[in-house]
Amino acid sequence: MLTMGSLELKQNLSGHRGRVWSICWHPKGTSLASCGEDKTIRIWQATNSNWITTMILTEGHTRTIREVAWSPCGSYIASASFDATTAIWDRRSGEFECNATLEGHENEVKSVSWSSSGHLLATCSRDKSVWIWEAKDDEYECASVINAHTQDVKKVRWHPNEDVLASASYDNTVKIYKEDMIDTDWTCIHTLTSHTSTVWSLSFDKTGERMVTVSDDKTVKIWQEYKSGNTIGISTANNDSVWKCVCTLSGYHTRTIYDVDWCKITGLIVTACGDDIIRIFKEESDSDIHEPTFSMICSMNNAHTQDVNSTQWNPAIAGQIASASDDGLVKIWFYNE
Amino acid sequence: MTMMDNLENINPKLYKKVEDRQVTAAEEDEDIVDAFDAREVFDIIRNINDPEHPLTLEELNVVEQNLIEVNDAENIVNVKFTPTIPHCSMATLIGLSIRVQLLRALPPRFKVCVEITPGTHISETALNKQLADKERVAAALENSHLVEVINNCVCVSKY
Repeated sequence: MLTMGSLELKQNLSGHRGRVWSICWHPKGTSLASCGEDKTIRIWQATNSNWITTMILTEGHTRTIREVAWSPCGSYIASASFDATTAIWDRRSGEFECNATLEGHENEVKSVSWSSSGHLLATCSRDKSVWIWEAKDDEYECASVINAHTQDVKKVRWHPNEDVLASASYDNTVKIYKEDMIDTDWTCIHTLTSHTSTVWSLSFDKTGERMVTVSDDKTVKIWQEYKSGNTIGISTANNDSVWKCVCTLSGYHTRTIYDVDWCKITGLIVTACGDDIIRIFKEESDSDIHEPTFSMICSMNNAHTQDVNSTQWNPAIAGQIASASDDGLVKIWFYNE
Repeated sequence: MTMMDNLENINPKLYKKVEDRQVTAAEEDEDIVDAFDAREVFDIIRNINDPEHPLTLEELNVVEQNLIEVNDAENIVNVKFTPTIPHCSMATLIGLSIRVQLLRALPPRFKVCVEITPGTHISETALNKQLADKERVAAALENSHLVEVINNCVCVSKY
C-alpha cells in the first residue's frame, strides 16, 4: 500500500500577461524559464527562497511562445513559437540575447528539445514535420526533415542518454527516430499506437528504457523498450527496439492531460491536466517491469484556477515542482511524502 | 474568402425565435447570486450571425437552448450546434465563433466545450477534435483575417 503525499504551494509567480504555456528548469535547478501568449520569456530565480523575475526576454518572437527549453550546459535557451520560428538565446554578453533564429517550418512550432549532448536540437510543428538541427560553434544546420506523422506534431523529447528522439502527435501516435548509420539520415524506427486521441506530451524515465505519455483521451500510458535480442521473446525488426504499452492509467483524469514529467531522481510522475489538477503517480514496490503497477499518491485540486499546461520536476532538488497555467501564473510546489 | 459567391445552402429553413427572457425579481436583486443557466448561455450565442446568410444561428436552428448544458458549480458549459447541412464547410467557423463569443462573455473559470450535434455532419469527429484543441484554437485566433471574419459573425446583427 502506498501512502498519499501532499503538495505544498511555495510561491505564486505572477508577471506574464495571459496564458502561460510552458516552464523549463535550468539543468542545475537554480532558475526557471517560462513563456506564454504575451510573447515573452521570463527567467525566475530564488533569492533567499523568494522567487523573482531576473530577466524578461522580448522581441524574439512575433506570436505566442509555446515552449522553452534550456540546453544541458545551461548557457542557451531555445524557444518555439507560433510565428513558425525557433529562437536560440545565449548569454555570452552577460545578458540573454537572441543570436540565432531557426526557420523552415511552414507554420506554428509546437515544441523544441535539446539532446543530452547539447549538439542536436529537435523542433516540431503543425506542418506535421519534425526537424533535427545540428549545433556547432553557435551555427545551426538542419540535419533532417522527417515527415512521419500524418497530423500536427505536439511534442519532441530526446532520450536522456542517447541520440534517440521521440515525438507525440494529434494523429494519436508517438514515433521514435534514430540516425541511420549508413546514410546518416534520420528515420522513424518505431510507431507507438494505443492512445485514442491527441498525444500531448511524453517523458522518458532516467534509463531511457521507459516512457510515459499523456493524451486527450484522459489516460496516462507507460511504455517499455524491448531491444533486439530481448530475453522474453518480443520480436524486433532491423535490430531496432520496439516499444510496448505495459500500463494504462485511466479513470484518474477528467479532462485532457497536457503535460507529464518523469522525475529522474525520485522516479515519480507528475501530470498537468485540463481539470486544473496536478497529480503525482508512484510505481508500486513489487511492480513487475513487464506489467508495472502505478498508484496515484497525490491529487492537488484547484492547483490552478484554469487548465494546467505544463509541469516539471526540478532536476536537482528532489520533490520541487513548477507548473504553468491558463490562469497566467507559474507556481512552485514541494511534494512531501 | 469568397464565401458569399456560392451559397452552399441556397434556401435554408427558417425557425421561429424564442421569446425574450423574463427577468425575475430575484435576478434583479444584486445580493442574490444567480448561477449561469442554459438560457443565459443561449442568449449569449443566439444572435451570432451565420457566415453566409443574413440570419442568426437561432433563426437557422444551428443553436438551441435544449442543446446547451450548464453546470455552474462545476464550471462546465457544453454547447452542441447543428450545421444546416451535413457537408457544411462553414461548420468550423461557426463552432469557432460560438467558442470565441463564450470565451469573451463567460468568466474564465468555465470549461467550454463546443461540439456538433451527433449525426448532423459528415466530418463530425474531425471537427469536434479540432474545436476541442485549445492550442489550435489559440493559434487560429492569432490569425487577424480569421479574427475579423469571426468578429463579423459575433457582432450585433447589422442587417
